[in-house]
Amino acid sequence: MVEEPPLIEAKDIYVGYKTYRGVMKVLNGVSFYINEGEKIGFIGEAGGGKTTLMKTILRILPPNATNVRGQVIYRGKLDLMRISEKEMKRIRRRGLSMIFQDPTSALNPVFKVGEQLMDIIKYSRLEEGIKLSKGELKEEALRLLEEVKLPDPQRVFDSYPFQLSGGMRQRVVIAMALVSARELLIADEPTTNLDVTIQDQILRLINEIVEKRKLSVILISHALGAVRKMTNRTYVLYAGDIVETAESNELFTNPLHPYTKALLEAAPKLTGEGIGKGIPGRIPDYVNPPSGCRFHPRCEYARERCKREKPPLVEVKKGHWVACWLYVKR
Amino acid sequence: MASAFSRYIIKRSAYTLFSLFGLSVLVFVLARVLPGDPARIVAGPQAPEEVVERIRQQLNLDKPIPVQYILWLKSVFHGDLGYSIYTRHSVTLDVIKYLPNSLELIIVAAIIQVVGAIILGVASGWWAYRWPDNIVRAFAYIGISVPAFVWAIILQLVFGWWLGWFPVQGMFSEGVTPPPRITGFHLLDSLITGNFVAFKDELWHIFLPALALALGPMAQDARIIRAGMVDNAGKDFIALAKSHGLPDRLIMFKYLFKPSVIPAVTVMGMDIAALLGNAFLVEIIYNWPGFSAYGIAAMLRKDLNAIVAVVLVIGVIYAVANIIVDILVAYLDPRIRYLERGE
Amino acid sequence: MTEPHSQRVYLRRRRLSRRYESLKRAWYYFKKSPLSLIGLGIVSLTIFIALFAPYIAPHPESAGLYMNFEEAYQPPSWKHPFGTDAYGRDVFSRVLFGFRYSMMLAAVVLSLAAPPGIILGLIAGYYRGTWIDMLIMRIADIFIAVPPLVLALAICSVLTPNIFNAMMAVTLMWWPWYTRLVYNMVSSIRNEYYVIALELLGAKKSYIMFREILPNCLGPILTKLTLDVGWVILIGAALSFVGLGAQPPTPDLGTMVAEGGQYLPTYWWISVFPALAIAFIILGFNLLGDGIRDIFAATER
Repeated sequence: MVEEPPLIEAKDIYVGYKTYRGVMKVLNGVSFYINEGEKIGFIGEAGGGKTTLMKTILRILPPNATNVRGQVIYRGKLDLMRISEKEMKRIRRRGLSMIFQDPTSALNPVFKVGEQLMDIIKYSRLEEGIKLSKGELKEEALRLLEEVKLPDPQRVFDSYPFQLSGGMRQRVVIAMALVSARELLIADEPTTNLDVTIQDQILRLINEIVEKRKLSVILISHALGAVRKMTNRTYVLYAGDIVETAESNELFTNPLHPYTKALLEAAPKLTGEGIGKGIPGRIPDYVNPPSGCRFHPRCEYARERCKREKPPLVEVKKGHWVACWLYVKR
Repeated sequence: MASAFSRYIIKRSAYTLFSLFGLSVLVFVLARVLPGDPARIVAGPQAPEEVVERIRQQLNLDKPIPVQYILWLKSVFHGDLGYSIYTRHSVTLDVIKYLPNSLELIIVAAIIQVVGAIILGVASGWWAYRWPDNIVRAFAYIGISVPAFVWAIILQLVFGWWLGWFPVQGMFSEGVTPPPRITGFHLLDSLITGNFVAFKDELWHIFLPALALALGPMAQDARIIRAGMVDNAGKDFIALAKSHGLPDRLIMFKYLFKPSVIPAVTVMGMDIAALLGNAFLVEIIYNWPGFSAYGIAAMLRKDLNAIVAVVLVIGVIYAVANIIVDILVAYLDPRIRYLERGE
Repeated sequence: MTEPHSQRVYLRRRRLSRRYESLKRAWYYFKKSPLSLIGLGIVSLTIFIALFAPYIAPHPESAGLYMNFEEAYQPPSWKHPFGTDAYGRDVFSRVLFGFRYSMMLAAVVLSLAAPPGIILGLIAGYYRGTWIDMLIMRIADIFIAVPPLVLALAICSVLTPNIFNAMMAVTLMWWPWYTRLVYNMVSSIRNEYYVIALELLGAKKSYIMFREILPNCLGPILTKLTLDVGWVILIGAALSFVGLGAQPPTPDLGTMVAEGGQYLPTYWWISVFPALAIAFIILGFNLLGDGIRDIFAATER
């Protein structure tokens, strides 16, 4: 059997943002891949560059993004960073979809939910050569709203986003993502901005849909338990660098990088003895990022070399990669 | 839910009425307590004292000011704004005669302002930080800083006198018969009567003064639209629209444009209302037979009834414009329409 | 540190050093924008000219009722960069003197109108929803009910036209804009937890208003003050232009534009240069005002 190329393979991605203080160098040479049908996770503190990475793949970075470099190879043939905007639009309409972090800011405040959803359906179907009438568009929209288990889809259809609760808004965003999700669904912290009671429902909904539609998934979440349960492989992103990656079970039971260890330690455990330790310090300033390993100012094992050189990502065990000088044998 | 908004509009209208009432008191009292004897002005310097006294009684000038005010207010409600000391006409008739000319100028200016601001603002916002944006921003700074009457002089000098592309002043060229008075708005009247010669001729004359009035607010509004576009372009709802592969044109003119233009509408409305003030100077420069020119003449001659009428009429137009803008913003922005508004 | 006095000194010193710090940071942001620097340059130049007009004008005698008909109607030249007017006066010198009148107008109007406007806005905002709020804001509304220029014209028209009365008229209608600005800010700050906490602690109302709320409104006030210099100059020039403000032969820019208007288009320089001077001053204050606004926007983040 010939090995299939990965669905998406990102190589050496760099992204910065222009600000009044200078350029924030956020992504610092990130590489990862996802195979067809695979579920991978990204974890790390807020502000680590996870959302930026996902927006880079879909090419929907905000206008102040700058110095965007690297490759995003789609199915081993197309480089999404280099194809024309027109081709990119077709790929977005046909296969890739994203659920945004904050459903409040992800929905346009001045248009009704139904109208926004119908526009998305219209262009996605147009891509397949099907032109739907207004009535058919509405029917399809209502069906999707029902699929994400919104009670009273008709009312939601006629509502403005601010008239809905956070959980309902997130379901709307998921419904939108479903329109064109046929290959990959990117779920960017889909539960972070929701009430605890709703988080579980939303994750379960996503899981259900993914199973039903046999989608590949990239799940970004602070709910580490959910990432462990729902994904095959996990990447740990810190300040624009992949610091560790392994099969999810391996990574969560046997973390190697000091940052991963601290991160898992910091997570509150329901069964554990109180609150975790936490990590001293915070995500560095991206305008003047630390030299060498970007984690070194917060790392209790940091030594001279960590300040000078960026550690390479090396395979320590089979399938378990770490970027840390502690694990580099001379 | 929508009733919260109508309540708000009713409340605003009530406040506005109160402000207009206050304004009338302010201007009326100011006009009476200051030196100068209106009766003497009416009668003329040579008139004997008895005549002046009679006129004073006729005009109720011998009564205490509060009584004068109430009598005046009564007649205002009957549509009588008094009697112009200088033109010796009813002020009401003067208002009806001159106001449409000014409104015509202001409406044309407002159209130029809004259309220009939207085109410039959207272009600038879409190509933010690239050359179209830089040109628009440079223009915006100059546009805001140059007062309308300076624009008026420069445009008149360059395009009127030097290049000769546009007439320098007036409303109609010599030999062009103005249309008969139907609505009082000459552009409309000439269209109704099918007099396209007069229509074109007036458009020709109105262009420079209207442009002079429009440039400043146009620049300001373009800047606000641009700021909104740039701000919203980085928002997630635009990223979401893009992530679904919606066409650029749809994103630009629908999903980005609408939320960006809403804050500008409020300012645009205020700017259009401010045209009323600037028209005062531009009409003089272009010799436009409008309400403002009438007002200035009245002010220079201390024609009290006319001054009070001019200020009040402008106050009413200003208030109506502001309320219309409020309703328009609410129509565009559902968040205002449906939510209880803090006031 | 146990002594309250030394503690107060310490606190004051710390506050001063923090203020110095934030000033330094503000300047750092400000420097980054070339437009703000140009604005600062224009404003400095304007103030310099306003202060030293009699010493730098090549023909200071032109400022008044000077006549030299042999030199009348001369187009711009090296000797008279802006040409000469109907009386043979040097337009350039008159424009330099015009800066004086414009700046004086702005300084007088804003220093008279802003403080009461701000204080009334503070009080109305703090007592939001009471009769005090109602009284102050409804009165302010009356002045906002017509475009500023129209009301200024109307007030001036019943007074004797001169520059002093023009200043008074503009002042009289300018304060409500500050009241409204401060009112809107205070009404939202008023519900912040730190204000409520201070009230619960029983702090004096005047202390809360002036020491706690007011400093938080300074950014927009300062921005508005800077931008308003331009607007006040514009209104003043407009009043003079119509003939209801400064009277000839005062070298006021608006008066000069109006006077020169009669000689258009042949002797265009008589009115065009003063007109451009008005635009120049307003541009400077607009650029500077925007720079100041950006600083507050940046430091707030």
